[in-house]
Amino acid sequence: MDLNYTAEEQAFAAEVRAWVRANLPAETRHAVEHHKRLRKEQYVDWQRRLADHGWGAPSWPTQFGGPGWTPVQKHIFDEVLSEEHAPQPLPFGLNMIGPVIMAFGSKAQQDHYLPRILTQEDWWCQGFSEPGSGSDLASLRSKAVLDGDQWVINGQKTWTTLAQHANIIFVLARTDFQAKPQKGISMFLVDMALPGVTVRPIITVDGEHEVNEVFFDDVRIPKDCIVGEPGQGWTYAKFLLSHERTGIARIGRSKAELRRLKHIAATETVDGVPLIDTSGFREKVAGLEIELMALELTNLRMLAAEKHGQAPGAEANMLKIKGSEIQQTLTELMMEAVGPYALPFDPQAREQGWNGEPIGPDYAAPLAPDYFNYRKVTIYGGSNEIQRNILAKAHLGL
Amino acid sequence: MDFSLSDTQQMLRDTAERLVRERYGFEERKRILAGPGGFSRELWATYAELGLLGIEVAEDQGGIGGNFQDLAIVLEAFGRGLVVEPYVPTVVLGAGLVNAAGSDAQKADILPRVVGGEAYLAFAHGEPKSRYTLAHVATSATADGDGFSLTGDKAVVLGGDVADLFIVSARTAGKAGDTDGLSLFLVPKDAAGLTVRGYPTVDGTRAAEVSLRGAKVGRDALLGPEGGAFPLIAQALDRGAAALCAEAVGVMTALNELTLDYLKTRTQFGVPIGSFQVLQHHMADMFIAQEQARSMAILAASRADSADAAARSRAISAAKVQVGKSARFIGQQSVQMHGGIGITEEYVAGHYFKRLTTIDRTFGDVDFHLTRFATLAA
Ligand SMILES: Cc1cc2nc3c(=O)[nH]c(=O)nc-3n(C[C@H](O)[C@H](O)[C@H](O)COP(=O)(O)OP(=O)(O)OC[C@H]3O[C@@H](n4cnc5c(N)ncnc54)[C@H](O)[C@@H]3O)c2cc1C
Repeated sequence: MDLNYTAEEQAFAAEVRAWVRANLPAETRHAVEHHKRLRKEQYVDWQRRLADHGWGAPSWPTQFGGPGWTPVQKHIFDEVLSEEHAPQPLPFGLNMIGPVIMAFGSKAQQDHYLPRILTQEDWWCQGFSEPGSGSDLASLRSKAVLDGDQWVINGQKTWTTLAQHANIIFVLARTDFQAKPQKGISMFLVDMALPGVTVRPIITVDGEHEVNEVFFDDVRIPKDCIVGEPGQGWTYAKFLLSHERTGIARIGRSKAELRRLKHIAATETVDGVPLIDTSGFREKVAGLEIELMALELTNLRMLAAEKHGQAPGAEANMLKIKGSEIQQTLTELMMEAVGPYALPFDPQAREQGWNGEPIGPDYAAPLAPDYFNYRKVTIYGGSNEIQRNILAKAHLGL
Repeated sequence: MDFSLSDTQQMLRDTAERLVRERYGFEERKRILAGPGGFSRELWATYAELGLLGIEVAEDQGGIGGNFQDLAIVLEAFGRGLVVEPYVPTVVLGAGLVNAAGSDAQKADILPRVVGGEAYLAFAHGEPKSRYTLAHVATSATADGDGFSLTGDKAVVLGGDVADLFIVSARTAGKAGDTDGLSLFLVPKDAAGLTVRGYPTVDGTRAAEVSLRGAKVGRDALLGPEGGAFPLIAQALDRGAAALCAEAVGVMTALNELTLDYLKTRTQFGVPIGSFQVLQHHMADMFIAQEQARSMAILAASRADSADAAARSRAISAAKVQVGKSARFIGQQSVQMHGGIGITEEYVAGHYFKRLTTIDRTFGDVDFHLTRFATLAA
């Protein structure tokens, strides 16, 4: 047993770091580091740079443009990018619909969509959840009816992340109303510029616009915009939701945030003593760091098993549960660290290039809003209750 | 022991609860927040008419001569409605300090105006580096002619953006951290050398950064003894904390009711989500947390007027710890059990959660009061 990275892995980390330092625009780095709002072009620009360098899709097979990395390399890549304050990759194209199209899409779909995902020419969003169908996704009511050589889609999706930037959406809709709920669902690829598609913003508790409702009113799409077979949408959706394991725990990101927490806690003082040196707070930070260490090693153990071809088991659920809880505690401790200066609400301070006078320390403005916003991470992508249900039933046999 | 309400308290509760029910629905509150100043002057006038602005003020000054427990009853009802008017800064802190320390002339000048709804007050005490430490005041008051000149910065002054009159803590002797040498001054908002930078807070209320640069006040602006204000400051902040405990109980109760209702009405997998045992257990724990907080908020209110300062502070710190822990648990669990809808601006759960979160950050958080409780001998 050896708990260290090999020499090659260390060299790989150094290579990635050097490249990111040379290629990540300073403005984007600054915005990510200081929790400013990123503009759409900044996401796209960064993804293009990665793609041009052959690193656009770390987890894709080489035949579709992936770099052919080991699971450990993917982990290192994710960690270095987080440490260097690169934008978090958007999962909707790269890790969700991309792999589905590879596995179940037609040759024409693969040829058309996959290169456009790599370069972010298409901005995808995920149209699964509906107002009445969250955890119980199979109860969804949007429907698609075949009319000649077109599918006609009607229904409503909700919580659609960044749909305001997207030009295309993958949608689950019911095509067979007689079959059992899971059997009657199909998956469609829908151009959002089509007549009948309406996007309405949902503002979240932090005052930000991140999610949307998407309405479909007699939206007509060509017959071949279905993925695979009619009635197989549920199978594809399950594949999609369970596909991406690396990155689900957001370990790299949390390590970067832990450093930020320590910086803030070293700057804040209680009676002249740095907050990080006061007993209560120091122990909370240490306790969190230990949880994160344990999770990182758990993740690496699982990646090693994956490398040796062992089938993945309970890890996705485990990593999601622990990873999301750690992310939430990080936001909470950062908010606590600034004491009364968590209170001012100053959304303009989150705008890039804003150079007004901050209220309190210059790092304070995003902290309470981020704490509020991050309650989402134990809700989306299968809530933590659902993750525990699966772990208990499927893996522990209860 | 007797936990029942007096007739006056029963009446106050009915009045405040009806007001919140009829005038502070979620949609009305939204309109109030979007209006000028982010609060309702019209409702403030109604509070005055109903006597809610003078609960502790003596009858000969226009008040109803009640006690802190009476006040706490109103605050609990306000918590239910997420009332945003600057009640704690003006009535609990401001008028409370004038009541406790003012000369007859100061009381006669200020209290009737507060009771009548004509004056807003704010306690400008915390500073950029003070965090929650009571005596960490660096703002200086130096003798200047027949009065004082004040210089320093005050941080996150609740209600500061609408205050007509500030009560400013400043040092007439000693250095930041000393309990001796602190004094309180009445400073009108238009005093030369005083600047106010108002802003909204994350929970929809308002605060301000207040800076004093050689702001001149006369000797008659001194509130209470020169150099001996620390006990007054400690009492004011204890009262503030006790008030927020009462308000938080109102918020928690309303949020628990809302969540319980959601568990019964939201269906997934063909059944109400409240039929899932894990959610039942969370809800049961939230109910326990609410009742534990209520008990301690009652204790805090009953000790707020106590002549024994150490016993008062100890009880109120204990209450603030329990309330902070309960508020955190209930807020987080409620959002979680609501799913996506819990984190939207359009739905009330998230607003309760935000208010509970700011209450824990105000007048000392759990860590601060835990340490203070452990330090104060029983
Ligand atoms: C910020 C954000 C972004 C999102 N982005 C997208 C997106 O881009 N595309 C998309 O399609 N969806 C998206 N979602 C939706 C997300 O997947 C759903 O919110 C999630 O599936 C939960 O559904 P719900 O919100 O309807 O809650 P519900 O399913 O109604 O759940 C309410 C509560 O009940 C619990 N619960 C439900 N069933 C059980 C059970 N069987 N046992 C125990 N507890 C249970 C849940 O854990 C939760 O606590 C997003 C959500 C958020 C908050």
